[in-house]
Amino acid sequence: MTEQRPDPDRLLEALQAEAMAAARGKLKIFFGACAGVGKTYAMLQAARQKLNEGVDILIGIVETHGRAETGALLEGLPMLPSRKMQYRDKLLAEFDLDAALASKPRLIVVDELAHSNVEGSRHAKRWQDVEELLAAGIDVYTALNVQHLDSLNDVVGSITGVRVRETVPDQVFDVADEVTLVDLPPDELLARLAAGKVYLADAAERAARNFFRKGNLIALRELALRRTADRVDAQMRAYRADRAIANVWQAKERLVVCVGMGSSGEKLVRAAARLAAKLQADWIAVYVETPALQRLPAGRRARVLETLKLAEELGAETATLAGSDAARTLAAYARSRNASKLVIGHRLKASWRRKLLPGLADQLAEQAVELDLYLVGVDDTRAQAGREARGRPARPDWRGYAWATAYVAVTTLLATPLLSVFDLANVVMVFLLAVVGAALRYGRGPGAWAALAAVLSFDFFFVPPRFTFAVSDTQYVLTFALMLGVALVIGQLAAKLRFEADVARQRERRADELAGLARELSGALTTEQIVGTALERLQGVFQARCAVLLPDSHERVRPTTAGQHADGEHELLQADGEIAQWVYDHQQAAGQGTQTLPASPAHYLPLKAPMRTRGVLALQATDPTLLDEPEDRRLLEACAAQVALALERVHFVEVAQDALVSMEGERLRNGLLTAVSHDLRTPLTALVGLADTLGREGLSEASRQELTLAVGDKARGMAELVGKLLDMARLQSGAVELRRDWHSLEEVLGSARRQLDVVLADHRVVSQLPPDLPLCEFDPVLLERVLVNLLDNAAKYTPAGSEICIRAQHRGDLLRVVVEDNGPGLPDGREERLFGKFERGDNESALPGVGLGLAICRAIIEAHGGRIHAENRSEGGARFVFTLPLGTPPSMAEAELAPN
Amino acid sequence: MSAQRLLIVEDDPHIRRFVRTALETEGFTVFEAETVARALIEAASRQPELFIVDLGLPDRDGRELIRELRNWTQAPVIVLSARDREEEKVAALDAGADDYLVKPFGVPELLARVRAQLRRNSANIQPSIPVVCFGEISVDLAGREVSRGGTAVHLTPIEYRLLSALIKSHGRVMTHHQLLMAVWGPNASGRDHYLRVYMGNLRQKLEADPSQPRHFVTELGVGYRLVGVGHEGTGAHGVSRSQAG
Repeated sequence: MTEQRPDPDRLLEALQAEAMAAARGKLKIFFGACAGVGKTYAMLQAARQKLNEGVDILIGIVETHGRAETGALLEGLPMLPSRKMQYRDKLLAEFDLDAALASKPRLIVVDELAHSNVEGSRHAKRWQDVEELLAAGIDVYTALNVQHLDSLNDVVGSITGVRVRETVPDQVFDVADEVTLVDLPPDELLARLAAGKVYLADAAERAARNFFRKGNLIALRELALRRTADRVDAQMRAYRADRAIANVWQAKERLVVCVGMGSSGEKLVRAAARLAAKLQADWIAVYVETPALQRLPAGRRARVLETLKLAEELGAETATLAGSDAARTLAAYARSRNASKLVIGHRLKASWRRKLLPGLADQLAEQAVELDLYLVGVDDTRAQAGREARGRPARPDWRGYAWATAYVAVTTLLATPLLSVFDLANVVMVFLLAVVGAALRYGRGPGAWAALAAVLSFDFFFVPPRFTFAVSDTQYVLTFALMLGVALVIGQLAAKLRFEADVARQRERRADELAGLARELSGALTTEQIVGTALERLQGVFQARCAVLLPDSHERVRPTTAGQHADGEHELLQADGEIAQWVYDHQQAAGQGTQTLPASPAHYLPLKAPMRTRGVLALQATDPTLLDEPEDRRLLEACAAQVALALERVHFVEVAQDALVSMEGERLRNGLLTAVSHDLRTPLTALVGLADTLGREGLSEASRQELTLAVGDKARGMAELVGKLLDMARLQSGAVELRRDWHSLEEVLGSARRQLDVVLADHRVVSQLPPDLPLCEFDPVLLERVLVNLLDNAAKYTPAGSEICIRAQHRGDLLRVVVEDNGPGLPDGREERLFGKFERGDNESALPGVGLGLAICRAIIEAHGGRIHAENRSEGGARFVFTLPLGTPPSMAEAELAPN
Repeated sequence: MSAQRLLIVEDDPHIRRFVRTALETEGFTVFEAETVARALIEAASRQPELFIVDLGLPDRDGRELIRELRNWTQAPVIVLSARDREEEKVAALDAGADDYLVKPFGVPELLARVRAQLRRNSANIQPSIPVVCFGEISVDLAGREVSRGGTAVHLTPIEYRLLSALIKSHGRVMTHHQLLMAVWGPNASGRDHYLRVYMGNLRQKLEADPSQPRHFVTELGVGYRLVGVGHEGTGAHGVSRSQAG
C-alpha cells in the first residue's frame, strides 16, 4: 500500500507552511452575507473575550456607524489613533499601519478588509495592510462580506445588480487561519433594517434598499454559506492528507485560460479562477497576440493587459503568446505547460457562420482533442462594445498608406515604357510585386490598399481605352478580379510573415539581452562591477533610469554609486530609500505598476537570490506603460534574478576568502602565542625572581645593585617587545592609516639614532646622506620604526665595534636607503624568510625579540608602495635595502614670503 | 632657597610612589593628586612650580586640567602618558603642556626633563640679556647676528625667524602648528614641509652632524625642540624669576 505514504515533498511543503505560519500572525475573518448581519459586533465580542483572557489587544480601526450596541463594546478596549489623510478637499481618517506595526500588539482588530485606502497610503488596499501586520507576527481580526470576494464579485453583481469595486483576492480568504460565518436569516435582517439598525449612507440609501431585497439576501446568504462550506471542505481534505487518510495523490492539474479577444476577459478570468480553486489547480492566463489582435487600438490592448493583471491578482501565472493562428499557438502552449484544461470564451453564432468561420473553440476541438475545453458564455452587449471599438482603429498609420500609394505610382511610371515591349499580362506581375513590397514593409492595411490602387491604376493607365476606368474588353474584368484577389492574398501572407519576423526579433532581442547580461555578470568579480554592469545593461534595455540599492551591515539598503558615468550620460535614479527598504524587508516588488505605492514614479523590485534577498533594483522607465507588458516584466525579473545571483556569488567568494584569511590568521596567531608566551614569560620569571631575591635580608650592597640593574634591563627588554607587538598588531588590524606628508629622511634618521643612542653606543655609525636629498612623502613615525628596527638588528647581530653604515640615494623616482654592517652577515638562503613573522636569523639565539622587527619593516615599506630586501655583502656583513617612491615634493615658492 | 614644589597628578599609586621617591631624593617637595578635581585644589593651595600630569585620569581628561592650569599659571607641565600616538601628544602640547614622556619611562629621563623645565623657566630669555649661547653657537638677539665657533653664519630672514622662535621656547617642544604660526603666520597652516626644509638648512649651518643633531631635535610627528640653551652656564643662568601667578 504505497499510496498510504504521503508524498514527502508535500509533507515538506506542509511543514514549511507550518513553520511560516508559526512566525506569521493568525488571521481570523468574520464573514457575512452582507452589511448588517453583525460582523463587527461579533468581532468586537470576540476581541473583548481575548482582552479578558489577558491578550495584548489593540483596536486598529473599527467603524461603528453610530450603532450604540457596537459602540458600547468598544468601551475599555485600547484604540489606535487613526491617521488623518487629506484627500482632495476632505480629511479622511485612515488606519495607521506604521503606528500599529510600531506598537506591536498580540492581536489587532481591523474592520472592513475590503476597504480601499486613500491615495498616497502605502498600500492601495487594506488587505495588504493586514498582510503586512500578519507578516510582522501580529494576529488580526477582520470582517468581510461575500460580495467583496474577488471571484464572486461578478456573480454577486449579476444577482443584485450592484457591483462593488472594493474586492479582496480569494487567496486572502483561503489562507485565513479561521473564518467565522456570521449568519442572520434574511427575515431578521430585514426586520433590523426596518428598525433602522442597519447603517446605510444617505446617498446610497435608495440603491441599497433595492439591494436588500429578500431574494438578493437569500442568494447572498447561500453564496456565503457555500463559500464557507468550500473552505471547510478544503480543510477537511487537507486534514485527511495530513493524516494520510486519503490514498489518492493526483498530479496537480493545470488550467489555461485564454483572454484572447479581450471583450469578455474579466468574466472569463473570474470563471477560470473559480474553476481552478475548485479543482485545486494551478492556472495560467494567456493572451495570444495574433496579427489581427495586434491591430487593436491601444485602448483595447490596455484592457487586455488589465485583464491579465486581474488574473495575476487572482493567483494566475500570465503570459502573452505570439502566433498567427490563435488555436494552434494556444494548443501548443497548453501542451508545453502540461495543462489538461483550457478555458475560453464562447459566443453563440448562427450555424452557417460556424461552418464558414469556425470559432476558436471549434478549431481547438479539432486540433487538440486531448484537451478538456471549457466554454464560458460571453456577454453580448460587451461584445458589441468590443466590435465598436474595433471599428475605429486608434492610430491608423497614414504614412504607410501614403507609401503604398507611392509604390503603386512609381510602378505605374516604370511600367509605362515596358508596355511597348511586353504584354499587358506581364505588366500585372510588376504591380503584384509592388503590392508584396508594400505589405511586407507597412503591414496588412497598406498592403490591401496597394492591391486596390494597383488594380485601379492598371485599369486607368494600361487597359484600353487608356486614361479612363472604362473597359473595352470584358475579359479584363476577370483580370481585375484575379489581380485583386491574388494581390490581397499575397499581401496578407507577406504581412503575416513580417509580423512573425517582428515577434521573433523581439523575442530574440530579449533573449540576447538576458544572455548578454548573464555573460557580463559572470565575468564580474566585485560587487561594484556587478552593479555597474547591471545599471548599464538595464538602462539600455528598458530605456530607463536605474539604481541598485544594497544592504549595509544593519540591513538598511543604501544606493550604490558604482557604475556612475563621469560624463553623466546615464543619470542614476534617485531611489526612494523608504520604498526600497520596504521592498527589501518584504521581498516584494513595489512602486509603479504594482499594488504597493503605485503612485511612486519608479518600480522597485527585490534582488532575490536563492539564499536571501541581496538588494533592491529601482527602475524608472521613460515609457511608464513598459511594465504592463508581461513579457517585459518577466524580462526585468529575469535580469533582476541574474543580478541577484551574481551578487550572491560574489558574496560567497568574499566569505570564502575571509575564511581563508582567518585560517591564515589563526595559524599566525598560534605562532605568535607560542613565541610571545616564551619571550614574555622568560623575562617575567626573571623579574619575579629578582624582586623576590631583592626583598630578602642580608644581601650585600653590591649584589643588591647588580640585581636592581638586572631588573631594569629585563623590564626594558619587555617594554621593547611589547612595543613591537603593539606595532604589529596595529599594522595587522589595518587600523594604521598612513599619515603621509613630505619629510626629510635626515630628520627621521636623526630621531631613530637618538632613540637608539644607548644600543648603538658600542658601534660606529656612519650616515652618508647626500645634502641635496629631496623631501619624500611618507609616514615619519612608521619610517622611524623601520630605521630603528634595522639599526637595532644591526647592533644586535654584530659584535661591538662593528661599523653600521646608512646610505641613501635618489635614482629616478625612487629613494633608495641602505643599512649595512660588517658583521657576520645573514644565514645563507634565508634572506627572504627573515621578513616573515617570528623569524630569527638563528633559532637558538638567546637574544630577545620574537623576530617581528623585519616583518614590521616589510609591512610598513609595502604600505608606502616600496620594497625591502636583505642580502649579504660580498665583502662580508649584512645589507638591508629599501626603496620608497619619491613623487614630486610640494612647492616652496611661497615659503620666503613670510609676513613681517 | 626653599625646596621647589612639584605636583604629581597620576591615578596609579605605584607610579606615583616611585616618581615621588625619585623626586624627593633629588630634594624637591612633592604633592600628589589622583584626580583632576583634586589636582585643581592642590594646585591652587600649594602653588607648585612644576606639574607632572598623566593624561588618562579617572574623572576628566588630563588635557582639560592643563587648559585650566594655563588660565592662571605658566609653571611648566610635563605630561606622562601611555598614549603614544602623535596626535595625542600634539593635542596635549597645544593645550599648553611643555614636554611629554611616554610610558614606560626611566627615572633618569624623568629627572632630566624636570630639571630642564625648571631651569628653562628660571632662565627665560630676558630682553636685557640679548646674547644666547648653545654649544658653539651664539646668537645676538639684539644685533640679529649668529656665529658658530666665533665665525659669523649667514641666515636668511626665515631661518633667523625660525631660530628665534625656537630660542624663545627653548627646552620645550614646539608643535609644527605653533612653529608655523610663529614664523609664517596663520596662512601657512598645514605646510609642515616648510619647517622640514628650513630646519634642515639650520642644521646644515649650525650643527656639527646634521644627521645626528645635538640642539635642533626632532620630535617625530609632533614638532621640534631646541636643547642645550644655557646648559653651559652662560646666558641667563641664575636670573631669578618671580613666582608665576
